[in-house]
Amino acid sequence: MIEYALMFAAGCYGVALLLDLWRIAVGPDAADRILALDTMVINVIALLVLYGVWRGTAIYFEAAMLVAMVGFVSTVAYCRFLLRGDIIE
Amino acid sequence: MDVAAELLISVFLVISGIFGFVGSYGLVKLKNTVQRLHAPTKATTLGVGGVLLASIIFFYVDTGHVSVHELLISLFLFLTAPITANFIAKAYLARNTPQDELPPSDRDFGWSIYDDPPDGEADR
Amino acid sequence: MLTRLVPHPLLSLTLVLVWLGLVNTFTLGNLILGTLFGLIIPMVTAAYWPNRPRLARPFKIIEYVLVVLWDIIVANVQVAMIILFRREPDIRSHWIPIPLDLKSAEAITVLAGTITMTPGTVSAMLAADGGAILVHCLHTDDPDSVRDEIKSRYERRLKEIFP
Repeated sequence: MIEYALMFAAGCYGVALLLDLWRIAVGPDAADRILALDTMVINVIALLVLYGVWRGTAIYFEAAMLVAMVGFVSTVAYCRFLLRGDIIE
Repeated sequence: MDVAAELLISVFLVISGIFGFVGSYGLVKLKNTVQRLHAPTKATTLGVGGVLLASIIFFYVDTGHVSVHELLISLFLFLTAPITANFIAKAYLARNTPQDELPPSDRDFGWSIYDDPPDGEADR
Repeated sequence: MLTRLVPHPLLSLTLVLVWLGLVNTFTLGNLILGTLFGLIIPMVTAAYWPNRPRLARPFKIIEYVLVVLWDIIVANVQVAMIILFRREPDIRSHWIPIPLDLKSAEAITVLAGTITMTPGTVSAMLAADGGAILVHCLHTDDPDSVRDEIKSRYERRLKEIFP
């Protein structure tokens, strides 16, 4: 039963990633693209944890944690660039 | 693994999948950038939260240890998601929305991207 | 002497707990190493934390967290229904300015985070002096009731925690 639930959840997040990609392609504003990238990062975190459950190993939590941290920093850097024109003042 | 635990894990996985999908579907469906900001908060809270709960139960049933890792990821996302949303909203408003489209703040000072803060509190 | 050794007790405690969570196994060695980190890092970074928040009633935090978690679940379902089943022209969004009674920066940060994490409302920015917060609401027919609910449900509790 868990396998089917895992497949369903992974399918949902896969379609979600495609929808995010559509929003990145269409825009129209730079803020939309940043938002879609941020959502992609969150979906990738969920997919990594799902894969860890699938394989029955806890190694992927470190990867998910690192993706979460890098995603946060990059989103803040993008927004700061839009707001101020440079990242480190 | 007994049936109750399997059922619980599956329910959490399905719920989180649905909410993750709805978050991105809202990102495509809603027509206005500020409205779109609302969509990904669902994927962050119930989407990732459901996956992490399912994984906590799975590894507890599988190995007998309670794993705290998942809670740390959830905590980190709960701390950072409001900051990114706030930043994106500010970046969008500063580039696209003139001051008179927003309601006034009804205070001595206007909204922070249009008005300078009082002296000595520049880092607020 | 004790305040120089442990300038931020809450920060030290958080660091120890986060370290134990990261290594994910509770042993005496990990506890000692975590305590070492919890002592050294606040000492080194004390210059960057000039004023510490004072908590009046720490146990109110538990009640606040439970209330917020429950609201997150309820509001998630409501917003999912709006996104899935409501047609686009029927969604009425509003900008809502909320005057704040909270004074400390930490309390305002927690309030803004709470408003954003409960789906359906996003906090966009503060007034320049921190006296009001601008909230965007995805769908409501009555903006005043949203403002009153945020003030009575979250801000009142936060005022008890942060005096």
